[in-house]
Amino acid sequence: MAAQANALSLEELKEKGKVLRRLIIRMTTEAGSGHPSSSLSAVEVVNALWFGGFMKYDPENPTWEARDRFILSKGHAVPVLYAAMAEAGYFSEDDVMTLRKLGSPFEGHPNMKRLPGIEASTGSLGQGLSLGIGQALGARLNDNGSNVFVVIGDGEMGEGQVWEALAAAEKYKLGNLTAIIDQNGYQQTGATHDVLDLGSFEEKIAAFGWYVQTIEGNDQAAVVEALENAANVTDRPKAIISKTKKGYGILPILEETGDVNYHGKPLSPELAEKALAFLA
Amino acid sequence: MYLGELSGLKIGQATRDAFGDALKELGDKYPGIVTVDGDVGNSTRTEVFAHAYPERAFNVGIAESNMVSVAGGLASTGHIPVVASFAAFLLCNAYDQIRMSISFPHMNVKLVGTHAGISIGEDGPSQMGIEDVSLACSLPGMVVIVTADAVSTKAATAAMLEYDGPVYLRLGRPKVSEIYTEGDTFEIGKANTVREGDDVTIIANGLMVAGAIDAATKLAEEGVSVRVIDMHTVKPLDVEAIQKAAHETRAIVVAEEHLSHGGLGSAVAMAVSQANPVPMAYVNVGDCFAESGDPQGLLDKYGLTAAAIIEAVKKVK
Repeated sequence: MAAQANALSLEELKEKGKVLRRLIIRMTTEAGSGHPSSSLSAVEVVNALWFGGFMKYDPENPTWEARDRFILSKGHAVPVLYAAMAEAGYFSEDDVMTLRKLGSPFEGHPNMKRLPGIEASTGSLGQGLSLGIGQALGARLNDNGSNVFVVIGDGEMGEGQVWEALAAAEKYKLGNLTAIIDQNGYQQTGATHDVLDLGSFEEKIAAFGWYVQTIEGNDQAAVVEALENAANVTDRPKAIISKTKKGYGILPILEETGDVNYHGKPLSPELAEKALAFLA
Repeated sequence: MYLGELSGLKIGQATRDAFGDALKELGDKYPGIVTVDGDVGNSTRTEVFAHAYPERAFNVGIAESNMVSVAGGLASTGHIPVVASFAAFLLCNAYDQIRMSISFPHMNVKLVGTHAGISIGEDGPSQMGIEDVSLACSLPGMVVIVTADAVSTKAATAAMLEYDGPVYLRLGRPKVSEIYTEGDTFEIGKANTVREGDDVTIIANGLMVAGAIDAATKLAEEGVSVRVIDMHTVKPLDVEAIQKAAHETRAIVVAEEHLSHGGLGSAVAMAVSQANPVPMAYVNVGDCFAESGDPQGLLDKYGLTAAAIIEAVKKVK
């Protein structure tokens, strides 16, 4: 089995984060479309989960029953997941460079039917946490110690279904379920507080009875510490509010474009060259 | 008077009651069954299963979207979720969740929509699932079953649990006529000819099967030989039985407790038109929302009767 036994050190994780970022930029620029900035904000969280010793998985046996489950509810950020899975050994870097091309299983949003290891088909926002509840309940019935991690976007929190799920997860005291809200502050047309201000996620989710922790989500050490804290809570569902920056890691490059949101756009080949050099 | 009385059929259980009983009976045979309920288990009858297997029953509250996606998650861990709600709320409220959490990943989830049709009566049009078959049939890979009586509902419940993939089973609220007897066959995708005839075929499902048998009985007195087919599976459709009927009887009437668009009538018309076009007529709710009232009064007012079927038969013969 991979994961816990092979947890990377903090320094190694930081290097791995750069590898993931480079791959995200390369695959989306090659595809000519996609959501690199939404992917980049979540790198530290995905990186820690997959390589920091927080998830049990086996690339050689992706359907191993006792594996932990990772659901990317903000499915448009799938390049960060493809990058992590390539690094974990599910497939090669060359494979993911077929992103979004006809015939490729590396679709624009996760498709579990075409790619073993993807745990949920997402892309219609708001459903990932509910799917995670189902998997957490299923793991409990199967009594196999499997944990479920769901990454949700902050704009996605506008979906009412997420709040239905927050209540249901608490009802069933799902201590094997962890939600991470990637609060990068932007959604398609602008800042989340302008589009639909939901106030404090921490206060609201805590009011549902969840364990909640708020962190600087692009600080790799903070992410690792928060996941350790959450792992020690086993009697109720856990949420980590991960305050991040869209496009983190190449912000000076994106700032040159004058577009701090940079939603749903790949970097041009020229910009990608600059970004890759910046990350080197 | 109830549908099936003319032909001497006895009134039996409601299909939802038969479903609840069957689910409980099958609980041991299928240890993977779990129910996910949106707080209507006492109406949908999943409570019968829940009382027998409380650890396998989840009531997530009045939250259909979450309910359906939770079922998708449970299926992906190897369980067989049965999600029951009123047809109107299951298909209409949670359509995107059915599409993305169940149909697209082809999850082994059984969706059960009860209180379908106008025969639910006094609760009125907001509660009547009359577009559910159309919506369910639109989803790639979805099996769609509409049962006519208690015996076939029990058989359908067993068949859908045996089948690996998403299924929508449509059930009704009132007690309905007994058409089948224990031991009659039920196979997903294979229509049952419940009455032989040569002059015209009535293809029906749900409670309109009893209405079709009534119509056939009455027409026999007038010397018209009517075939009645229970098309309990709308998808995948038994195209062979339909095209054979079109060829042999040269006229078809389709009767269903559903809107005029996108239901059994649309499906049968497509099958007929592709091989052997013959005159066709349709008995259904039309293109409207109904209203509150007693079930029999509603069936009469909206033309879901043996008399309406007879009239349709006379149009095509």
